[in-house]
Amino acid sequence: MYSIAVMPPAWFLWLGLSGGLGAEPIKELEHRLGELALQVFIAVLAVRPLREWTGVSFLKLRRALGVVTFAYVCLHLLVWLVLDVQILSEIWADIVKRPYITVGMAAFVLLVPLAVTSNNLSLRKLGPKRWKSLHRMTYPAAILAALHFVMLAKGFQIEPLVYLGLVLGLIASRQRLPRRTAAA
Amino acid sequence: MSGCFKEDLTWRDVTPKAAWLNRRQLIAGGAGALAMGSIVGPAAASLNAVKTDYGAGLDPNPLEDITSYNNFYEFGTGKGDPVQNAHMLTTEPWSIEIDGLVDNPGTYSMEDVLEGVTLEERIYRFRCVETWSMVVPWVGFELADLLGKAGVQDGARYVAFETAYRPEEMPGVRSRVIEWPYREGLRLDEAMHPLTILATGLYGEPMPKQNGAPIRLVVPWKYGYKSIKSIVRISLVREQPPTAWNMYSAREYGFFSNVNPNRDHPRWSQKFERRIGGGLFSKKFETLMFNGYEEEVAGLYEGMDLIKNH
Repeated sequence: MYSIAVMPPAWFLWLGLSGGLGAEPIKELEHRLGELALQVFIAVLAVRPLREWTGVSFLKLRRALGVVTFAYVCLHLLVWLVLDVQILSEIWADIVKRPYITVGMAAFVLLVPLAVTSNNLSLRKLGPKRWKSLHRMTYPAAILAALHFVMLAKGFQIEPLVYLGLVLGLIASRQRLPRRTAAA
Repeated sequence: MSGCFKEDLTWRDVTPKAAWLNRRQLIAGGAGALAMGSIVGPAAASLNAVKTDYGAGLDPNPLEDITSYNNFYEFGTGKGDPVQNAHMLTTEPWSIEIDGLVDNPGTYSMEDVLEGVTLEERIYRFRCVETWSMVVPWVGFELADLLGKAGVQDGARYVAFETAYRPEEMPGVRSRVIEWPYREGLRLDEAMHPLTILATGLYGEPMPKQNGAPIRLVVPWKYGYKSIKSIVRISLVREQPPTAWNMYSAREYGFFSNVNPNRDHPRWSQKFERRIGGGLFSKKFETLMFNGYEEEVAGLYEGMDLIKNH
């Protein structure tokens, strides 16, 4: 799993170094990593609904997919910090002053405790109930991540809205609405 | 330019080399064998622009960068979409509708537009609102030349421009990213400024389609989106015309859109820029007021609050 997960970012990095990402490879690399992270994040959210609808279960892979999502987010953030913004004072100014970056950073911050507790030891220590409720933070984090993409689009663009729609749709599909009684 | 109507003829009034070269080639082509075609082709492609001092000391980006990294949303929102899709645009024949407060309104063919103008090579900085920049060796002539031909009337205070809108040739316009057709505008004094050019080529060759063939505006002290591409209409008007990005979000994209490191875009800082083509470890550098053309254009905005009038 993890050895496969290393491949896309490594490939992007290779493209970036060899000129395969075009005339402005920094933004391109940053955007591709961000999009990749969002795609895997959506895969994480899709595991449960997929099992319910089709019976196909990737439940065993879900935690690993979550860790991969976090790793991609870290790479995305690292490219932004080191290659893109570069200037320290500008980094903080961006986080505070630019709402789309604030939202993106908030998503990252929510993911940190989830990544830290993604091991079996944490699961045992917290107990399944507390661990599960902590990991419900996945949902707000996913919404913020998709929102981050929507907010940075120039003009009215479909693609980021599709991602946001998928995230919201998958989360909504888990909410079992209480059955209406005939009397109501 | 007003100079066109005075008696003191200058070198600018001489038939451009490009034009007479074309004439000779037509004659040669008419007289001769088909084999001439192979000689005429590349020779006719070259624009024979007069070199100028504009941009002396600037190091232009390679043609490859300039033609592969474009914002031309009519062909898609990706930077690589225009180079993929712009070949669909028919640029011959081409004409510009000039209307509004002018003495000589009408349809100007490219031949009319280029008649009597001297094509110059001018190397300008080009700064995108998205904080990337490049240096481009444009080939073009001053917009004032064309406005002179059209005869600007007294009441005109602004110039409005429109890009071609052709859904069958422009896959990007199927999606309403912004309201089509693309529109831009300048105050008349900005339009008449000698730095403001209509470009018909770059690197000495006719304008690549993804860069706004066959004719586009270049206003080097403003963010790139002001330099409207593939122009089909120019109107001289009394009131400030609506402009595409300003209509989309006035807070983010002002009418003037002068490059100004002190006025941030609401979503990002404009203090720094990165020249494209520098690879993965390309360093940022400080953006210059009016994109480095402060000396030439600051006078246009004397006494104006450039933060409010961004």
